[in-house]
Amino acid sequence: MVAATTPGTCLAAPATTAEPGTVPLDPGIAERLAGRRLFVTGATGFLGTALVERLLRSVPGCHVTVLVRPTRRLDATARARREIIANDCFTRLRRQLGDGFDAAVADRFAAVAGDVARDGLGLDDAGRDALAAADVVVHSAATVSFDAMFDVAVEVNLLGPTRVAAAVAAAADRRAELHPDAPPTHLVSISTAYVAGTHQGYATETLATDAMASGARARTHTTVTTEVDIAAEITTIRRLRADREAESRRPERLTDFTRRARKDLGSAGVHLIAERAERLRDDWVRSELVEAGRARAQALGWPDAYAFTKALGERLLVGEHGDLPITVVRPSIIESALAEPHPGWIRGFRMAEPIIVSYARGLLREFPGLPEGVVDVIPVDLVVAAIIAVAAAGPDPGGPSVVQVASGVRNPLRYGQLVDLVQRWFTDHPLYDSDGQPIVVPEWSFPGRGRVQRQLKRATDMLELTERLLTILPLRGERAEVAGRLEDRRLQVERARSYVELYGAYTETEALFRVDRLLALWERLSPADQQAFCFDPGAVDWNAYVHNIHLPSVVQHARVRTTPGGSPVASRSERTLRAILAPDRHLAAFDLENTLVASNVVESYTWLATRHLPAGERAAFAARVLAAAPALAALDRRDRGDFLRSFYRRYDGAPADLLRRDGQELVQQLLLAKSFPAGIARVRRHRALGHRTVLITGALDFVVEGLRPLFDEVVCAELGVDSDGRFDGHLVRLPPTGESRALVLAEYAEAEGLDLGESVAYADSASDLPLLECVGFPVAVNPEARLSAIARRRGWHVEQWSRAATRPPLPMGPLDGGISRWWTRIDHVLRESR
Amino acid sequence: MSPRPGYVLEVDRTTPPTLFWHGESFRLERLPTGSRVVYAPEPHEPLADPVAAIRDALDNPLGDSQPLRSLLRPGMRLTIAFDDVSLPLPPMRRPDVRQLVIEQVLDQAASAGVDDVVLVVALALHRRMTESELRHALGDRIYDAFAPHDLLWQHDAEDPDGLVHLGVTDRGEDVEINKRAATSDLIVYVNINLVAMDGGHKSVATGLASYRSLRHHHNAHTMRHSRSFMDQDHSELHSSNWRMGRLIAASGIKIFQIETTLNNDAFPEQFRFLQRREWEWSMRDRAAYMGASSALARVPARLARSVLHGVAAPHRMTSVQAGEVEAVHAVTTANVYAQQLVEVDGQTDVLTMGLPYISPYNVNSILNPILVACLGLGYFFNLYRGRPLVRPGGVLIMSHPTTPDFHPGHHPSYIDFFEEVLADTTDPAEIGKYEEGFATDPWYVHLYRTGNAYHGVHPFYMWYWCAHALDHLGAVIVVGGHRATVRRLGFKSASTMADALEMAADVVGPGPSITHLHTPPLMIADVR
Repeated sequence: MVAATTPGTCLAAPATTAEPGTVPLDPGIAERLAGRRLFVTGATGFLGTALVERLLRSVPGCHVTVLVRPTRRLDATARARREIIANDCFTRLRRQLGDGFDAAVADRFAAVAGDVARDGLGLDDAGRDALAAADVVVHSAATVSFDAMFDVAVEVNLLGPTRVAAAVAAAADRRAELHPDAPPTHLVSISTAYVAGTHQGYATETLATDAMASGARARTHTTVTTEVDIAAEITTIRRLRADREAESRRPERLTDFTRRARKDLGSAGVHLIAERAERLRDDWVRSELVEAGRARAQALGWPDAYAFTKALGERLLVGEHGDLPITVVRPSIIESALAEPHPGWIRGFRMAEPIIVSYARGLLREFPGLPEGVVDVIPVDLVVAAIIAVAAAGPDPGGPSVVQVASGVRNPLRYGQLVDLVQRWFTDHPLYDSDGQPIVVPEWSFPGRGRVQRQLKRATDMLELTERLLTILPLRGERAEVAGRLEDRRLQVERARSYVELYGAYTETEALFRVDRLLALWERLSPADQQAFCFDPGAVDWNAYVHNIHLPSVVQHARVRTTPGGSPVASRSERTLRAILAPDRHLAAFDLENTLVASNVVESYTWLATRHLPAGERAAFAARVLAAAPALAALDRRDRGDFLRSFYRRYDGAPADLLRRDGQELVQQLLLAKSFPAGIARVRRHRALGHRTVLITGALDFVVEGLRPLFDEVVCAELGVDSDGRFDGHLVRLPPTGESRALVLAEYAEAEGLDLGESVAYADSASDLPLLECVGFPVAVNPEARLSAIARRRGWHVEQWSRAATRPPLPMGPLDGGISRWWTRIDHVLRESR
Repeated sequence: MSPRPGYVLEVDRTTPPTLFWHGESFRLERLPTGSRVVYAPEPHEPLADPVAAIRDALDNPLGDSQPLRSLLRPGMRLTIAFDDVSLPLPPMRRPDVRQLVIEQVLDQAASAGVDDVVLVVALALHRRMTESELRHALGDRIYDAFAPHDLLWQHDAEDPDGLVHLGVTDRGEDVEINKRAATSDLIVYVNINLVAMDGGHKSVATGLASYRSLRHHHNAHTMRHSRSFMDQDHSELHSSNWRMGRLIAASGIKIFQIETTLNNDAFPEQFRFLQRREWEWSMRDRAAYMGASSALARVPARLARSVLHGVAAPHRMTSVQAGEVEAVHAVTTANVYAQQLVEVDGQTDVLTMGLPYISPYNVNSILNPILVACLGLGYFFNLYRGRPLVRPGGVLIMSHPTTPDFHPGHHPSYIDFFEEVLADTTDPAEIGKYEEGFATDPWYVHLYRTGNAYHGVHPFYMWYWCAHALDHLGAVIVVGGHRATVRRLGFKSASTMADALEMAADVVGPGPSITHLHTPPLMIADVR
């Protein structure tokens, strides 16, 4: 490696041939960086946000430019303000500067639009100028998720650093033009200590390529890293994406996705099912790519695709741009802040937190790990301080160098110690279950990973089986809730299992990350800088850190129950109910069957058809309809519209006038008797509040006529009448089912100038999803299992309304002397249809 | 052998446990020694030939009325009004008294050549009767002759075109009644006078009236001053109705009143033990009790309800009188008293009662919590003449499951009354502020007019019915009731009769006197 610049022109490092570790860093960090421009990628992330804040607060003279990917709604500046400056990380600086905060930010902070996954970082001219003006570029953008898709991890983690370096190199001429005397830009690239992979023993602060050059021991990660053909790897992975995308579109796969979507949603309509099927396809491609990454990384000796792509990224960066002044900073597991900006500050739910919360909830009874092994955790503010010190010290004149920021050698936290601390803390500060009972955290037995995985797999399989059995049963209301709770439980266990799979390697890691260069840099700091920019891992008191800083912060961020007493679930449901019944709602739409009445079109028909049937024929007739019920229900599940069309054929020949008269009686004796009184009361409540009430049902007009006074608008099915005043058995227009309900409602709302976003809809089954999804306040009433699960996941309001105490045993009209015989026509139709 | 009069038993160590109704079931409770149990008189002998008696009454009217025959002429407008499904209780076996009487009236009308005849069910604000209920009350012959031609009407107190405002009484009470009746040449009103409250001027003035008219006497004030409404001379309810009735008469409307009385034979042979004195139960009665009570307690309430509502009473007619309203009613009242009065010496500290499955407002329906309160505090408490059975500040103990079950078709406004009004206040004087809203609610009006629902204001009336008792009593305790519901009603809950008696002692002092009203069958305690 040859340094591209002469030491004299390097801004930060004093011109000296002496060992850098021995020369004090004078002037201090803040003075060295005063007037300098820093360019930061990944600033919306955990580390990036902390870095930007620290620079603005502790290095008063510097200017910070961040590279931010604009979203569809927000441009770079707006996104930077919302996701970086508005974060609680800045609370301290905001308080410090008071009214001057905004001016200071406007003066010293800027955002440019770009994307590290694109060549040239997707910068425009202004962006390129900003990059050219940068004295230090800190590249901290990464896909840190351990289960990222392989191709995404490759684009960001493997190719990202090289792209940044290429952009910096490309801006060199422009830089010379704009700032003729300025030294070359120093690139500080953030990697991870875990590029050491499954290395055992000390992992030093050297690049893999250097290690090989200096004769490293055979068959370690370094050899593997240097042996992998990166270009071939990238080509293969990009092709893999195309392959999986093509595979996911094979007819058999597509049929399967559609079948599963229909199973999830029932007859919710073509579009919703298509949407769901497309999501299932997308998920499938995603999981294939995640799996591909995991398999490839493990085959080559890394725990996961993250560490693997990071390792290759380092090698590619140095291989392609070794002549740039580059420093690679490798932190270990970054966790909440020790002191800066305030103790416990954390952004996002990171690696250890979900595991800890799962444990505190009693879900994860054991996590694999070696009690005497080291969990290499490092507070975020130490990493930030180290990066700033590296930036201030300037690049190593000897070429690309590595600084590790880790605690394992200097101040190890043993896994057994951590577990003990966590257990003690949660015993003193238990979480509470939904019944308000404290959860007792389990004893840890430090099992092997295999055993834990097997246990969790057994639990998942069992739950899945029970859940599948429950969805087959036609459950509603509270019983369907049981299925929903089981599903929640299964998802939690599955998540616990994925933690074990993903992170198990990190508690079993046997590499010890040396920090000699970090400590050498530390030694060069003046006492004042050591005070202001502490990055000595020895400064952490693990007991105090875990108990007083980290766990309280985790619990606070997890929004878990830390007190007994009223269930937060109940209070949330009260809140949503208040919102639903707020006077500013516009409209309330109601489904009829099983939402307002526990009855259906088959019962209505049976009731009407037997209303004038002689006693002797009634039972036989009812039995015939009941016998046909399963087939009818199956048809109904497949397609509601088809079902209604074919079922309503049975009204062929029925006298319209008589049925209209009987309809009034039907409402009274069947529908109201089988109603949910709370549902009727809710309709009235909405009316009293001045909301429009709309009934949208596939039931026939003469069946629901008696309910009309409850609603401002009734949308229902209607049969044609022939010249003799008899129904012809054909619908006069499309019945309002599935998606057409949402359309009808949207049309009505538009015509009346109402906002569906401010409206409420009540329905009971997944086939009503289009209706529920089109309003701002969906309510699932006595939901069947599928809708119950959906409502839980989306946080929809759920009502469990109980039936009236009057339930006619059979849906049959009262006896009549027999003045009409329209049922004989039906009988005929029935026989024909067999 | 003439039927035995009512009887007051003093409980001693040898007395068998006493039967308490408990909604759709019944229980045996052992009352403390010294308690009194008031038994109704045994059923009076019925008329041997009721049809002949009816003819005789029509031909020999009381008061200054002419015989019906001479009031009928061709071309006249005749309206026959009759009591609705709330009478008698339980519904009687076919043929119903209404059928027997109306058949005779129609015979006479037919032979007189009257062809403009309409039958009107005098619903007031009660629910419309169903076809099968009408067929039961009138018989198929009358039903099939009138209903298909739209000549069988149900009074509609909300029909703006079907009511006439006749004027205002000297106390400022509006009198507004059914237009068809008011514009007829003659109203024949057919009563079943099951209790002393029924009949008289109340028949037309209440049965065919509108909400505007009814609210003058159906309110908390009137009910507080009706002591009791089984005793016309001390009932503000009746005074108001009498003023209205006289105004109706004065406005030229002719009423031919027919009143009938029934004996108190309420239960058929298999349930005979329900109206027998416990120490006289035979082996068969005991077996019937065991079988019925355990079966009813085991099946779902819905099923028990449909079994019990299917039981028709073997009531028989004991008297029929016709003619001028007041003269007829005086005789009728005397006949009712003859069947139902039981002399009781002095008031009691604690009154106990078992509430059955039925009240006037839940025939073929559910005795919801508001009707439970009304049955106990409105009806049974008021089964007295002279002084209430229980002393002022005394305790009423009622036995009933009081589950929060409602019939959404029959009692829609009751549900909202229970959820909204009673959640706010249980004071009859306070609930008035909600009355107008319920009375004019379009959904309730719709269900009342087109369905089989009680008028929206009806639950208020049920609560006003309780006003006198709530004023008078120191506490109300429900035994074996649904706790939250009982609390909502403003009463106290006890799991057992023994607990209830303990709780009562806290109110009235230790060693209270206890009296059990052994009803049904119906009776009126004549408290000396």
